[in-house]
Amino acid sequence: MTQPKCQDPVILNLWHPLAAVSETPAGVVAETVLLEERIGYAVDGAGIGAAWRSRRDLPAGSSIDVAAVADTLPAKIAYGYIWTSLGNPPDDLFPIPEYAEADRRRLNAATMGVNVSAPRAIENFLDMGHFPYVHTDILGAEPHTEVKEYDVEISVDRDEILATRCRFFQPMASTVSTGGADVDYVYRVPHPYCSVLYKSSPVDEARLDVIAIFLQPVDQEHVRAHMMLCVLDDENEDKVIKRFQQTIFGQDKPILENQFPKRLPLDPRAETPIRADKSAIAYRRWLSQKGVTYGVIPAAS
Amino acid sequence: MITLYDYELSGNCYKLRLLMSMLGIEWKTVPVDFYPGREHKSDWFLKLNPLGQLPVIDDDGFVLRDAQAILVYLASRYDPAGTWYPREDPKLLGEIGQWLAFADGITGTASAARLHDGLFYDFDVEAARAGAHRLFRILDEHLWFGEQEGRDWICAANHPTIADIACFPYIMLSEEGGIPRQDYPAIRRWCDRLKRIKGFIVMSGVFPAGPARAA
Repeated sequence: MTQPKCQDPVILNLWHPLAAVSETPAGVVAETVLLEERIGYAVDGAGIGAAWRSRRDLPAGSSIDVAAVADTLPAKIAYGYIWTSLGNPPDDLFPIPEYAEADRRRLNAATMGVNVSAPRAIENFLDMGHFPYVHTDILGAEPHTEVKEYDVEISVDRDEILATRCRFFQPMASTVSTGGADVDYVYRVPHPYCSVLYKSSPVDEARLDVIAIFLQPVDQEHVRAHMMLCVLDDENEDKVIKRFQQTIFGQDKPILENQFPKRLPLDPRAETPIRADKSAIAYRRWLSQKGVTYGVIPAAS
Repeated sequence: MITLYDYELSGNCYKLRLLMSMLGIEWKTVPVDFYPGREHKSDWFLKLNPLGQLPVIDDDGFVLRDAQAILVYLASRYDPAGTWYPREDPKLLGEIGQWLAFADGITGTASAARLHDGLFYDFDVEAARAGAHRLFRILDEHLWFGEQEGRDWICAANHPTIADIACFPYIMLSEEGGIPRQDYPAIRRWCDRLKRIKGFIVMSGVFPAGPARAA
């Protein structure tokens, strides 16, 4: 334990995702790293999870009665993942009401390690400008490169960022697309390290697909990115839906890993935004207002 | 028709897609949920390849595993010009075999480091990175001396061979395993040349060549 651990109370008091329940064998101890601390966790078959600071009497791979573990951290199962906190988290995690809709496909597309700070990864998730260049012929294509005017607000009641009226031409917006279409997007940032995206469903124009990225901060410059899908698709096998999302994320990965500096600078003068970066500007301001220091370069006060 | 059992983020699967695209042949894909599903260790897949590894192809009932072996097969069968795997040139074939084995070494090091960082494989990542740097140094010097003699490709020929295809993917993806390439300028130039071959396609994590002059 030579590295300094997280001292940021805002981040310590958040819920953080650890792993997809579907990929965690029931009743068996698993381990991961959260905020530079080794964390043990387990789930049972009935929707209960437990997490604790890793300890010798509960080594990874050992069998465990999840309900009987003592000396644990707060734990919660939500949206297909087990979440914990190293501080005093709020009772509830941010809502995603669509997750309860029975006809949706709810999947962890993948959990991937990325050599980037969580805030840089959120910012990339919010950015539409890179679609034609990074996700060529899937989420964008030249000459449809313009990011049209959209609205951003920081909702005081819900304490989240909301970007609406986003619209982008996409050659293949999802696994059930049959061709290019103008796709409507809504972005929410309800948690400093989580974002939820809503986009037009190609199969039902009244509804939206939901794709969320939940970032588990391993340290200030490394994350485990959990990609949650909650989409309308009655045609494709799970693995086809996962593959689509992994293809997109795999295209983002080298971009994320080459960001410099790795931590997100919050000083408005540190990096020059363009109009299309409105949501990123709001995100940086929101992090500053909250006093987040972990994974960012705070503005000089 | 060729069926490729494929995982999008696999460099070893990508090298087959790349060669098939350059040869202009068609194939169909059966996606295998390598991660997180570990479908390559499932019963149905182990019947196809008892080693539990991707890629595998099925060409009208002829099932073949191992990326390098499949490159040999595809080039031998589907390259009418016979340049990717020149069956009439013993020395060149020997060289190609040597560099196909070298490509396996790249998989065992650079790809292992990438699996460790991205997909949480329990490997000794420092050893994997050191091993990759050792191989990259050897390849960089080989390519640099080749350039001095007017040779653009890994083997002694005036055209690329499957040795180039075999080595390319996990070199291009090395940064995902924490292995930068800035110390290997000849490798970087060679990668750029390869990206300008007709029929070149990308995979996630590999970008097309920039708009510089065509090679």
